[in-house]
Amino acid sequence: MAASSLPEASAVYWRPRVDAARLVRRGRTWTATTVAHTVPFIGTAGLLFGLEPLSFPVDFALLAHAWAIPELYARRGANVVRPKPQGDEAPERVAVGLLGDLVGHDARELHAQTGLVMERGKLGTWLVGEGGALLVRGRKVWCYCVQVRHPDLPSADRIAHLLLALRSDEQGFATVANLAFAGSPRRVRARMRDSMRPALDRAAKTQR
Amino acid sequence: MSRLIRMDSTGHSTLAEWTAGDHEAIERAVAEFRRELDSGYYAMVTEGEGHARQVTELPLDAELVILRRPIAGG
Repeated sequence: MAASSLPEASAVYWRPRVDAARLVRRGRTWTATTVAHTVPFIGTAGLLFGLEPLSFPVDFALLAHAWAIPELYARRGANVVRPKPQGDEAPERVAVGLLGDLVGHDARELHAQTGLVMERGKLGTWLVGEGGALLVRGRKVWCYCVQVRHPDLPSADRIAHLLLALRSDEQGFATVANLAFAGSPRRVRARMRDSMRPALDRAAKTQR
Repeated sequence: MSRLIRMDSTGHSTLAEWTAGDHEAIERAVAEFRRELDSGYYAMVTEGEGHARQVTELPLDAELVILRRPIAGG
């Protein structure tokens, strides 16, 4: 990918430019935050139950919280690639044609099957959707919410917008995008639409 | 034949086409290019799979120049 700077990055000048080290650090911080949100609930539930077994309804509520918080985060991550309702068929067909010209045969097939375009970068393997992108690196996935804010654009054009931006400046793209979740691909996969899961499987395979 | 296209609600629209020797067509393409950039579009040139470059001048030798809108974190 080219090293030119994404102009949109100037709109988020306060954010440090994302690089591999920063990405890993951000992933670890995310995991630590999730643990910090979860462990107190589990600990309190255990402690309460130890002191008074009849407190089990409260313990149960605490454990439900401990389960729900990571669940909500992972769902938020999966939602970044959730497809939006499609508009007219004719513009969509034209847009798919252009997107097809931008990617190779495999990516074109994967897009037809899953609605996501796979793109290998220096930071990892990207899956680009119309309203966000997943970055698979090692055993983790970073879910980014990023989009072109013009609701009249066909879905494939939205993907093409993101793909071109990503290709021109991968680090700038990751800087501009808002991180919605970082964690295990397994957790995101479980909350993705069935039809999209093969894309995540394929991306994860490139990182093994 | 080189093309300047803009991604829009129709999928994409071809705004200009030109060939190396056709000065009139090139002038029209450059004017169109400038107008779109002034209205907030970014121009991209693909450089093979996995590569793209943003341009601020119309690259006359490029086969395809694509105009895109700015992106933002959601």
